[in-house]
Order: sequence, then C-alpha cells, then structure tokens
Amino acid sequence: MYDYTDFDREFVYGRVAEFREQVKRRVDGSMTEDEFKPLRLMNGLYLQLHAYMLRVAIPYGTLNSRQMDQLAYIADTWDKGYGHFTTRQNIQYNWPKLADVPEMLEALADVGMHAIQTSGNTIRNVTADHFAGAAADEIEDPRPTAELIRQWSTDHPEFQFLPRKFKVAVTGSPNDRAVTKAHDIGLRMVRNEAGEPGYEVIVGGGLGRTPMIGKVLKDFLPKADLLPYLEAVMQVYNLHGRRDNKYKARIKILVHEESLETMQARVAEVFERIRDDFEVPQDLIDHIESGFQQPAYKSADIAPVFDGALRSFIDTNTQPHKNPDYAIVTISIKAIGQTPGDATSDQMRVMAQIARDYGHDELRISHEQNVILPHVHRADLPAVFAALKDAGLATANVGLVSDIIACPGMDYCALATARSIPVAQQISEAFADLDAQRDIGPLKIKISGCINACGHHHVGHIGILGLDRAGVENYQITLGGDGTETATVGERAGPGFAYDEIVPAVQRLITAYLDLRTSPEEEFLAAYRRVGMAPFKAALYPEQAEKANAA
Amino acid sequence: MPKPFKSQIVTANDLMMGDVIYLTPEGGWSRDHADAIVATSQDEADELLAQAQAQQLKIVGPYLAEAVLDDAGRPGPVHFREAFRTRGPSNYHHGKQETAAV
Repeated sequence: MYDYTDFDREFVYGRVAEFREQVKRRVDGSMTEDEFKPLRLMNGLYLQLHAYMLRVAIPYGTLNSRQMDQLAYIADTWDKGYGHFTTRQNIQYNWPKLADVPEMLEALADVGMHAIQTSGNTIRNVTADHFAGAAADEIEDPRPTAELIRQWSTDHPEFQFLPRKFKVAVTGSPNDRAVTKAHDIGLRMVRNEAGEPGYEVIVGGGLGRTPMIGKVLKDFLPKADLLPYLEAVMQVYNLHGRRDNKYKARIKILVHEESLETMQARVAEVFERIRDDFEVPQDLIDHIESGFQQPAYKSADIAPVFDGALRSFIDTNTQPHKNPDYAIVTISIKAIGQTPGDATSDQMRVMAQIARDYGHDELRISHEQNVILPHVHRADLPAVFAALKDAGLATANVGLVSDIIACPGMDYCALATARSIPVAQQISEAFADLDAQRDIGPLKIKISGCINACGHHHVGHIGILGLDRAGVENYQITLGGDGTETATVGERAGPGFAYDEIVPAVQRLITAYLDLRTSPEEEFLAAYRRVGMAPFKAALYPEQAEKANAA
Repeated sequence: MPKPFKSQIVTANDLMMGDVIYLTPEGGWSRDHADAIVATSQDEADELLAQAQAQQLKIVGPYLAEAVLDDAGRPGPVHFREAFRTRGPSNYHHGKQETAAV
C-alpha cells in the first residue's frame, strides 16, 4: 500500500476542514447553491433522485483491510449499512445527510482515503487493472504509475476546469482488464526493443453518447517521460477542447475532429518545450514504489481439492497468480438476484478479515464491481471459500451471465433515463442455475440506465441501454462489444424493448447462441463474430423474421 | 396553436436531508406528493417556481413537474421518474417507502 506522507495527510485533512466550512456557509445562507455546487462536487458530493450521494475514490482499486473496515464503519454510521462499488473503482454511499458529509470525509482521511476529484471537469480517480501486482501476465505493476498520476493530477491548478471530465486507466498486462481503450487516456505498459518498460499511450477512447475506441498517440513512451507527456496532452486538450457544447467536449471529439496526427504534432511540440522543466524527484518515486512491493509469500502444502462446490469456485473465481503457489480470488458481489456491486457493511468486514487472515492484507475493487483478494495461497482456498460462503459471498459466477455490470440507473441517479438494477436482478434470477451458467460460458452483460454509459454497455458482449421513450422505459440491445485489448463497440440490434420484454429478449439471445455455437468452447463473443448479427436479430425479433420468411 | 397547459407541481430536494419534497399551498414543503400545490396555468407555475427558488436555505434544485389529479383532487406524478421519487429505489425498501404508513 502507498503510505501517505505528512504532506498527503495535511492536504487531505485540510480539504476536509475547508469543506466543513463550505457546508456551514451553505447552510447559514452565506453561499448560494450555485456557489456551493461546484465545491461539493469537487469533494464527491452529488445530489441524486432521493438523497445526496458521496462518491469515494479507491485509487487504482487498491485498499487494505483497515480501509475496508472503515468503509463499513462509514456505511453503518452515516448511511444505510451498505455501499455500492462502481465501474470506476469508487464506492458510493447513497443516503448521506449534508451535515454528516464532513464527518464522513474525516473518517476517510483517517485511513488515507478521500473523495477529491470524483466529480467535476477534472482528472478523475485513476483506475488500474484490478489484478495489478498479482497477475501472471504482468509486465510491471501499474499502480506506482497510477499513484504518480494521482499525485500529479490532484488539485493540479491548471486542470481543475477542463472542458469536460477526464478519465485515465493504466494496465501493466497485455491482457487489458482496465478497459484502457475506452478512456480519455489509456496507458498500457509495454517493452521496447531493448526490453525496457514504458507505455503505449492511447488517447480519445470513451463510451457515452459517442462511443469511440482510443487511438495510439505514442507507441512507446519511456517511463521517465510520463508526467511531462501527460502534462502536454492535458495542455493541448485544455486549450483546444471544445467548450461550446458539453456533448462534444471530451478529448475523443477533439481527436476525431482534428485528427490523430494533429494531436500528435501539438502534443510533441508542448512536450519538447516543457520536458526539461519537469523533474520528478527520485525520492518521491522511491517512496511510491516502496508501497507496492510483492508480499512476503509463504510456503504451505497444497491439498488436492475433492469438494465439488469448492472446485467450481476455484475454476470460476480464481485466476493465475505470478507466484504459481498463489491464486487471485475474485469475490463476486453479484449473488443471484442481488444488486451488482452492493456490499453490506457486514460483508465488507468479512472481506477485510479474510484479507487479514489469508490475503496479505490486500483487497482490490474491479471496474466489474467485484472485490478481489489478489494474493491467496492455494492452500488457503478452502478456508477462504468457507468464510465467503458463510457471508453469502461465494457465488461462483465470475465472468458468467449473472456477473453483470449495472450502473445505479433511475433507482438512484439523477441523470438516468431508465432503471438498470432491476433488469440486472431479473436476468440474474432468470439464469440462477450455476451449472447452466457454466454451460453458457463466459458472457459479459453490461447495463446502463442512460446514454452516459456508466454501465459500459457499448463494450458488453450483450449491452443494454435504458432510455425514456415517450415517458416509458425502453431498452436497446447492442451485441458484440468488447472491453479488452481487442476493444470493440457493440452493434445496435434494432428497436428497443419494454421493461417487461427485456429479460425474455436476453433469454432468446442466449438460446440462439446455444443453438448456433459450434461447440461449448466457442464463447458467445466468438460465435457472434463468426455469424454476425442476423441470427441474433432473428431471435430478438421473431415476428419480423416470420414476416420476412412469409414474404 | 400553443399546447394546452398541463397541471404542474414544484418539487425539490431538502437541503439538509436530501430527500424529495413538494411545495405546499402554504408556501412550505411536504414529503408527500399529494400535499403539493397545483399550478393550473403557466403564469401560476412560474410564480410558484420563483417562490421555491427564493427558499435556498431549505431546498436544492427546485423544478416544475407535470402532475395528474385523482378523484379527490390530489396531485400525483405523471412521469415514471417522478413516480420513483415518491417511493424510493426498487432494489431496497429505502427512501420514502421505508417510512410510508402502508
């Protein structure tokens, strides 16, 4: 874990004290809502449909057991006993009261956490591969990079009023689990011909109203050049990004309208100018890197696994670790019929305790709204499974049809145009049988409750977008999306479905897939890529297919 | 031809608690949609909204929402978004439905 320095602590507590005064001034009338709103948003406080919402950053998705326990304490003390893990490695509390928010922020500061820049037109919480530091396929741990960017971007005076929000993701592995191609800037750690690690810099990706896959701005950036290069990109965006239309203000539109080559030339010009003035102190880099050392691995005998339920859990919810005696365990926060990403305070405490007992005190939050134990010795998997099972956290569905991403949708979000959560719950219940889910195989369903696409529907194998059509909830389906290193924006299947029609439509899609796959090894996405939209469209719209056949 | 005016109410969120509230005929605020004052003309709606906007110390984000009257003349929501706001989320028994006397 990165340890806060005295400077970090002073800064975060300072912001809490500042916000406490701002709340007082709002309440006593010395500040209007128009004046207060940008200040509360800078500190992660939104107003949603039914209440305020506090969005707390979990930088690059990493936290320790003490921090997880504190998240549980905050949920119990000032909220309704649960938190919602989001698709950007944040946690959201849905029911805070205004007067309590400074207390909540102070409780976060006590464990080295904050809600700074989780909103507003700033550089947001920097996200990373949730298997960082543990993945067997990793070139280098991306978290020191993410932490360096966090420190550079936090309260950066030039980038507090960008044309629009700005999202950065970092991965250290060739298998992209951080959706880097759908971020304003995506950094992929690569090696050059000399074998030195550096970054491929991807720019202009994003979902939302105008989904775009990011383009390679620079194919190899030496590590030492990272901050001046990012500074150059941000300066170009800040100066040339559109401010006349919020729907055209993201960097993806700038890259699209003015060409990648223009962007490259402008960034190169600024970079050359500022590079020599930009020196990151080595002691800062050393301090950051010291927080991300490998754990002190232990040795133990690994017993063979005979229990069927444990076997299934291991097959589905664990991934290869760089140490072959260890495994990465994904805890599904998607029990059948539950709200994707919601964990109760009791569950948070259980996960924290398991991390202490068996996980070298480390936890991760994934953009897929699950919790990861990155370092579990394989000898401890039976004990971890048993502890998770007792807490209702052992659902062996990771990567399967019920491991659904869903934004809060119109159950909470003021921007939403339809509900997402109940659709996810109903799909999960429709496919409750885990054996049947395993037979269907890997399948990513992603649901957004509005065009802003927080549920990443564009990159779901099956994407669902909830809209308001003449005062009625309506759901569009996209197919073939992919958020990995082979990122693809899904293709819209056709007219939308009513709220009570969307789950049967998904069932028809999956039945069609099972009928047409060449073998159980051909996954949904591969089958879609092989056969294209037509057979799935016929399954979605059987009446149209019948008419076409009759004609 | 101008569109016929549809009945409207003023809704907002409570400054301190954040929960959904409705402007009442007395110029105060109620948690119950049925207590809302109903504007029957655009001028009246604009006036009610201005009255709400002047209450910055109590509320956040006032706006007009279309309402429909029941047989007893009490206003209810028209759009599903406003209907959700009268209850709370659908995944938990939280929000107004948590304390509703039903």
